[in-house]
Amino acid sequence: MIEAVGLTKRYGAKTAVDDLSFQVRPGAVTGFLGPNGSGKSTTMRMILGLDRPTAGRVTIGGHPYRSLPNAPRQVGALLDAKAVHGGRTARTHLLSLAQLAGIPARRVDEVLGVVGLQDVAKRRSSGFSLGMGQRLGIAAALLGDPQVLLFDEPVNGLDPEGIHWVRNLMKTLASEGRTVFVSSHLMSEMALTADHLIVIGRGRLLSDMSVTDFISANSADFARVRVPESAPEEREKLTSSLIEAGGSVMSEPDGALRVTGLPLPRISDLAHGADVRLWELSPHRASLEEAYMRMTQGVVDYRSTDDAKAGLLEPPQAAYGGAQGGYGGTQGGYGAEPGHYPQHQPADVPQQSWYAPPPPGQNPYAATHSATAPAPGPATAPPPAAPEPSPADRAGEQTSEDPR
Amino acid sequence: MTTPAAPQAHEHPQANVPGGLLGYYESPIPIRRATLGDAIASEWTKIRSVRSTLWTLGVMVVLMVAIGLMSALLIAAADTDLAGEPVVALGFFGVLLGSICVITLGVLTIGSEYSTGMIRTTLTACPSRARVLTAKAIVFFLLAFVITTVTATVVAVFQTAILGGGIDSGSVWLRATVGVGLYIAALGLVSLAVGAIIRHSAGAITVMIAVVLLPLVLALFMFSDSLRGLQRFLFEYSIPNQLGALYGSTVTETGPSGWEPLLLMLAVAAVAMGGAYLALDRRDV
Repeated sequence: MIEAVGLTKRYGAKTAVDDLSFQVRPGAVTGFLGPNGSGKSTTMRMILGLDRPTAGRVTIGGHPYRSLPNAPRQVGALLDAKAVHGGRTARTHLLSLAQLAGIPARRVDEVLGVVGLQDVAKRRSSGFSLGMGQRLGIAAALLGDPQVLLFDEPVNGLDPEGIHWVRNLMKTLASEGRTVFVSSHLMSEMALTADHLIVIGRGRLLSDMSVTDFISANSADFARVRVPESAPEEREKLTSSLIEAGGSVMSEPDGALRVTGLPLPRISDLAHGADVRLWELSPHRASLEEAYMRMTQGVVDYRSTDDAKAGLLEPPQAAYGGAQGGYGGTQGGYGAEPGHYPQHQPADVPQQSWYAPPPPGQNPYAATHSATAPAPGPATAPPPAAPEPSPADRAGEQTSEDPR
Repeated sequence: MTTPAAPQAHEHPQANVPGGLLGYYESPIPIRRATLGDAIASEWTKIRSVRSTLWTLGVMVVLMVAIGLMSALLIAAADTDLAGEPVVALGFFGVLLGSICVITLGVLTIGSEYSTGMIRTTLTACPSRARVLTAKAIVFFLLAFVITTVTATVVAVFQTAILGGGIDSGSVWLRATVGVGLYIAALGLVSLAVGAIIRHSAGAITVMIAVVLLPLVLALFMFSDSLRGLQRFLFEYSIPNQLGALYGSTVTETGPSGWEPLLLMLAVAAVAMGGAYLALDRRDV
């Protein structure tokens, strides 16, 4: 088990890892996600005792790595596929590591077979492709047959067959009761491989939950409903009846309605009952990749465009969600086209402020978001520099009130 | 082993399994505590499996033999009198040039780990940084010592044979072979330590070449009377002069003589290695 408590690493004024606390348990693949530069590799190096934390501590099985008895037999790691002397052959590279750890030399040939490099064992690793380098690094991690395995971006440069192999390898290793900690910036990869997810951004913990929880919390199903553009009153009528039926309705920028909490046939029935024609009624599913990107991008946006956002704030419009009894729990705010549709206009779909369910008390962004949430629509409009997400991108969006 | 206890072990992996907090996987490969001997075996594998070792030591041997033989042949052809200097002292020039190769290898022994990133892999496989550095130092020192001593001995034998004069005394021979071998290996150890401290191969090699050559060059330009004392010191304790003193032929009459240069260099190497241990232990890699 890997346990980090208040782990912090500062390089001068820059804080690479900021008060990070988490546990990595045995018997499962734990994905370690974060965008580039979020502190994943720094954390991995601190776990391995290569970098000294500025504050806090990280232990493996209760010991800091450098005082771990028989460390190479307990922990194996792939940090950087290129961290080999290119002049050495694959076999001598592994042999030197095996000797250093007191591992029998025949184990070298075993792991070369496991990673499929037996045919190039006598070739200098400078001629290796990135994928072969990854395999060599994985071989080095497996040398000691350790209980704890750390992999930093193991699928980088691998072909699809290799990715599939790594995925199965991780699962097999975990099923044997080992602790497997895999960093990646690819949510889609982790969704397939990991059992548990630790997401960090800018060195801070954003989320620490099982993949199942992450999926149920972040991949909301919704229906997109479009009514004829020439009939705003029909749109209004439908919105009212949908809300009365218990659904939540948000408005998309192109005029479509995003409905959650109601099955598609029910929406159709309600529309029929309200005598509203539908131009579109389509099911949508948020992708985890999107959920993750918004979760991590939220932190980045929050920190780097704080002033810009303040400058974009328009004078607050009167939010009348309360007076109207609210729209089925969606966050109120009618800033997009104030006064255009005076009645029953659903809230806009938040464009940038993806709300990531944080672990309790861990997410600084969550507090910020809930503080800004009651503000009118434009407060959550994207900053000018941010690219406008395509309709497909918005699939990951969800309101803060949605049940976890 | 599908006993009913197995699921229980899964539920409480930390409580009742040998792995304790580490988990419940146990490797079938017997666990043996790694020692300094293992690290030395590893460093030997490393140093013999890279081409830079072959190149640097190969060039050194070629330089020492070629310059040693040529100087002996030239003196024999010119029929010059050695004026009481020992015959084996002719090996000096070859060794002086060869020392650059040992410096390079010493720096590369640790510098290449930093330049390739291999140091992280190494220190993951062996978290005891002092053990890694000790193993490197031992392997490199012995390799440099053996190669230099053997080559110096071969060159001395040829020079004595070519010049055909009387055979030098035992202590002169010992200093010109084993003494020089130890001296060069110790100089290489200083390079290794500097490489560990600077962590940049080219930088460390440059620094070491400056350490070897700069005092002598500086001293050549110190004409002022007020600097006479410093000039003399730089002359006497410059590495080429100390090396010459080991051979029994020096530029100056005073200064280190006999085995003193070797003791000095070993002391410098010890200090440098101390710094390297400290730096490696304290810093992030």
